[in-house]
Amino acid sequence: MSDPNAPPESKSVFSPALAARFDALVEKYPARRSALIPMLLYAQDEVGYLSDAVITEVARRIGITELEVLNVATYYSMLRFKPAGQYNIQVCTNISCMLRGAYEVYERFREELGVGDKGVTADGVFSLEEVECIGACCWAPAIQVNYDFHDELKPDDVSNILSQYKALVQSKKKNA
Amino acid sequence: MPKLVTHPDEVKIVSRRFGMGAEKIDRHIELGGYEAVKKCLAQGSDWIIEEMKASNLRGRGGAGFSAGMKWSFVPKQSAKPKYILVNGDESEPGTCKDHLIFLHDPHSIIEGTIIAGLAVGAQMGFIYLRGEYRYLLQIMERAVADAYARGFLGKNIFGSDKEFQIVTQTGAGAYEVGEESALMESLEGKRGIPRIKPPFPAVVGLYGGPTVINNAETIATVPHVIQMGAAAYAAIGTPRNGGTRLFGLSGHIEHPGVYELPMGYNLKKMIYEVGGGIPGGRKLKAVVPGGSSTPVLLPEEIDIGMDFDQVGKAGSMLGSGGVVVIDDQTCMVEFALRTISFYAHESCGWCIPCREGTDWLKKSLTRFHAGFGAPSDIDNIAYLAENMLGRTFCPLGDAAAMPTIAFVKKFRKEFEDHLNGKPCPFAREGMPQLTVVRCRTREVV
Repeated sequence: MSDPNAPPESKSVFSPALAARFDALVEKYPARRSALIPMLLYAQDEVGYLSDAVITEVARRIGITELEVLNVATYYSMLRFKPAGQYNIQVCTNISCMLRGAYEVYERFREELGVGDKGVTADGVFSLEEVECIGACCWAPAIQVNYDFHDELKPDDVSNILSQYKALVQSKKKNA
Repeated sequence: MPKLVTHPDEVKIVSRRFGMGAEKIDRHIELGGYEAVKKCLAQGSDWIIEEMKASNLRGRGGAGFSAGMKWSFVPKQSAKPKYILVNGDESEPGTCKDHLIFLHDPHSIIEGTIIAGLAVGAQMGFIYLRGEYRYLLQIMERAVADAYARGFLGKNIFGSDKEFQIVTQTGAGAYEVGEESALMESLEGKRGIPRIKPPFPAVVGLYGGPTVINNAETIATVPHVIQMGAAAYAAIGTPRNGGTRLFGLSGHIEHPGVYELPMGYNLKKMIYEVGGGIPGGRKLKAVVPGGSSTPVLLPEEIDIGMDFDQVGKAGSMLGSGGVVVIDDQTCMVEFALRTISFYAHESCGWCIPCREGTDWLKKSLTRFHAGFGAPSDIDNIAYLAENMLGRTFCPLGDAAAMPTIAFVKKFRKEFEDHLNGKPCPFAREGMPQLTVVRCRTREVV
């Protein structure tokens, strides 16, 4: 249940679906605060990043201070405070991936996108990130685009992956 | 979709239902699923714990502690609710076994969690998956919902007087949360910082209640142990190391993948026969036997059985079962640097030996690898690492220090080859290089 005394501007931060998800989530735990980390991640999925408004909203809904939310949020590497691209490309370069050419794959992404680590392309479609082990060691080198895994990559697969997502952007535009 | 591999030497127990559509509840039941829970409901808690002890099933997360013993530490009477916690925060570099369990057999995790609950008298379980495993979380959520719909979870499970609830939880990117007490902190909505022990989780754990925390593979193994019987399971492995385990072969190996092999399987055979050896006719240089935190082994050290005791005797650890194979074209200084960079990134910063130690090791190795090292750096790196050992709140400090000590000790010659401004002898195109920024005078370009 949302707080009827909440200031009106905070109501638009979460979509009705996200608000409902939050309400269902807090019910599951013995302590309300346990919903904090999943909630931050789900809010980020919807809004794109943890904006000040998101932090305020999550704090209000959990019933803790904004400072407490920030204290937790800054700990977790998947949570970000600036917008990423629509498709965030995360290249694992940890040992198993490194041994099978992850840095070469990463370099190719850098060349094709023209951005470096945590960079966002000018059109806002892609961002690039070098990440630690994503749990796909036996299918290395692996990357994640948002939450989708791509396994056993070679540098020459890079342009193909990028065009797949570019096509997705195009079809979304058409449907909009 | 990650590739599934197979080899005739495999003994498929945990991976028995992989690739058979068992993520669907009907198919899972068709393949013998949930029978073990019914057996446990009939037999009662003392029987379950005795079976688990007799099975010699040891924790698959890395520490290798007896699962039955762990369960037996939970007090029978408790004023606070007891909890079961499944650790699926799989983040140890080289490890991707739980990935396949969540993908192919999520119900085995639910079964194992219920059985653990029946054994210790808990009514609630949490399944914690790392944040990156979103698609696996969705599979797990689906499985939990299906189990509720069938009456396998909730009040009066399987028509009994027992209650059991399961909640799935996502992390948001943190290796440290794989440490049991840090995971509890994270599940309570806090920074993933380890707690001081004692008290141990079995007495004071999640929300202050007695808690059993097991690795996802351990939990997924439980129903199979119950079904086949502890004695039959224990007979598969070596003494004190029951059953099989999921070994992940990665790195420079012809057929990488997750293979389920009996405990004590020979490492050399695993690399050359199961994994098909080193690609491109190159030679083996080193093996990391159980995830990046385990000390590296040299080719002459790998004729050993892969169980907790034998690998320990060889000066390393069985760890998470992630075997990383390294060929002779690899620079071990770069490998050491990449390993320590990870621990420096993941150190939670709570205690100083780990926070500062990993950072300085990273700095020293970065400079060293770029050819700007001094002869004294080699001993300094080892000295720094040795001084982290055993002096940190949680095992992350040790996890960073142990492999570093081994790299220096076993590959000293390679460190020396990087000295005197020589570039890395293994330099190749696209390799990350250190850009040395020298101080300028005040002119601004």
